[in-house]
Parts: sequence; structure tokens; C-alpha cells
Amino acid sequence: MATTSPVEVEPDITPDEITLTSKPWVTIVWNDPVNLMSYVTYVFRTYFGYDEKKAEKLMLEVHHDGKSAVSSGTREEMERDVQAMHEYGLWATLEKQS
Amino acid sequence: MSGFTRHRRSGRIIATFSGFEADLLRSLASQLVELLRNEAAVPHEHGDPLEAMLSFEGPTTEPDDPVLARLFPTAYPDSEEAAAEFRRFTEGSLRDGKASGAAMVIDGLEDAGLPPELGEEKVVIDIELDEDAALVWLKTFTDLRLALATRLEVEQDDEEFWALLPDDDPRSQAHDIYEWIGALQETLVDSLR
Repeated sequence: MATTSPVEVEPDITPDEITLTSKPWVTIVWNDPVNLMSYVTYVFRTYFGYDEKKAEKLMLEVHHDGKSAVSSGTREEMERDVQAMHEYGLWATLEKQS
Repeated sequence: MSGFTRHRRSGRIIATFSGFEADLLRSLASQLVELLRNEAAVPHEHGDPLEAMLSFEGPTTEPDDPVLARLFPTAYPDSEEAAAEFRRFTEGSLRDGKASGAAMVIDGLEDAGLPPELGEEKVVIDIELDEDAALVWLKTFTDLRLALATRLEVEQDDEEFWALLPDDDPRSQAHDIYEWIGALQETLVDSLR
């Protein structure tokens, strides 16, 4: 039978940091005047494996709204996605999901 | 310009360039390689040159050159510390990747028969790419367009400005080249679908 031993909760962790949601970070792609719409759609399809419809929807969001959250996950995963977007020449940042 | 198409039988992606076009692409790609390799990636904060040489740390602040700043954007706009850390671990390999991509394009053009110095003789450069190589070309076209657009200060919906620019304005020719690479890239994306 399991028993619980008294554990101290680390006092400097804020409740925000011990969030239980699995996907607290997002990759944001920002609009730029250079990249072609067809190319941006291609990148979303190829890198993220999204189908044409989803890739195009995200591309149009970037185009019309100035930005779009294109993926979500752990901070490490989002850093990988942002780095990949920079490899493709897209302007990407990451932030904590609000 | 006919650009890239997918060869029906072999499935490879092909394009034919004039000597002039191939030479232009090579020249732009070489400038990109030079910019990526020469403009210091590490800020000059090391006083000791030996120490600087032995340091494998990446840069932590945004590059001064606006082209490089666009190619390597700040990943955390709200946290200088996280942004510096991200840059330290990514900018070096991003630079290497972009530089070796541009170098592959140059090699591809030369392997296809582009002479070191383009003379008077008429040359035709036939390029044939598999999917992996096509992706490298695609990314390099993007980097070249980003570089040209940053230098030209291209903005959203500014077509009219460029259309009205007199032909003898040096920016006019550079913008034509920018548009040409865009059109080429469009055919390459199409042929990869």
C-alpha cells in the first residue's frame, strides 16, 4: 500500500508554472511582405504535415491577421519549430499560450 | 522565363537558364554566402582574439546587419534573456545551413556547365534536381528574396511605388531581379506539389 510522505512544495514555483495543460507554448508565424503565399502554404504542409486545407487556412490567417499560431506543444518542441521556420525563412516567434 | 517544371517520366525537377541568368543567380548566392560567413556571428565582446577564436559560444544579440536580422529573427520578443539563449544555440547552425544551401546552388549551376567567368559564348544551363535538392534551392531563393527585399525596403502592397520608379533608378533593376526570383520560386513550389 502506498503512503504519502510529507513533501514541501517549492515556494518559488508559481501556480502558472506548474500548469497541467499539455500544450502550453505556441509557435507564431508573422506576416512579411516577401514570402509567397504558395511558399508559406508549402512550408506548413511539408514541415508540419498539415493537409492542404489546414495549411492554406493558417497561411491566410498570417496574411490577413498579421500572424497565426501554427503549432503548439512543449517549450522545447516549439523552439524546434521556430528554428525550422527560420530555416525556411519565415518570421517566427514562440510564446506561452494565453 | 519558363522556370521549373517536373519532368513527367523521371519525376525530377528541371529548369533551363541562360548563361546570364545562371551567372546572376551565382553572383547573388555568392554574396549571400559571403554575408553569412563574413559578417561576425559573435559580437566583438571578447578582448582577447585567441579567446574569441576558441569560443564556441554562439551570438546572443540580434545581428547589426538588417538582412541578417531578418534571416535570424528574435524568437522571444518579450524576453531578452530567453531570446539570447535561443540565439546562442541556433544562429550558428542556421547560418551554416543557409550558407551551405547557397553554396549547393552555386555548385549545381557550375556542375551544369556555368563557366567560372561568363564570356561571349552562348551557354545554356540545364538544371535537374531531385526533391531534396529542390528544397535546398527553394530555401535559398527565399533567403535571396529576403535579402534583396530588406536592402530595397520592400513593403506590403507597394507594387505601385516600384512600377512608377524610373528605369534608370538603380533600385528598379534590383527590384526586377527580386521579382524574377519570386516568379522562379513560384514555379518551383508548383512543381513540388
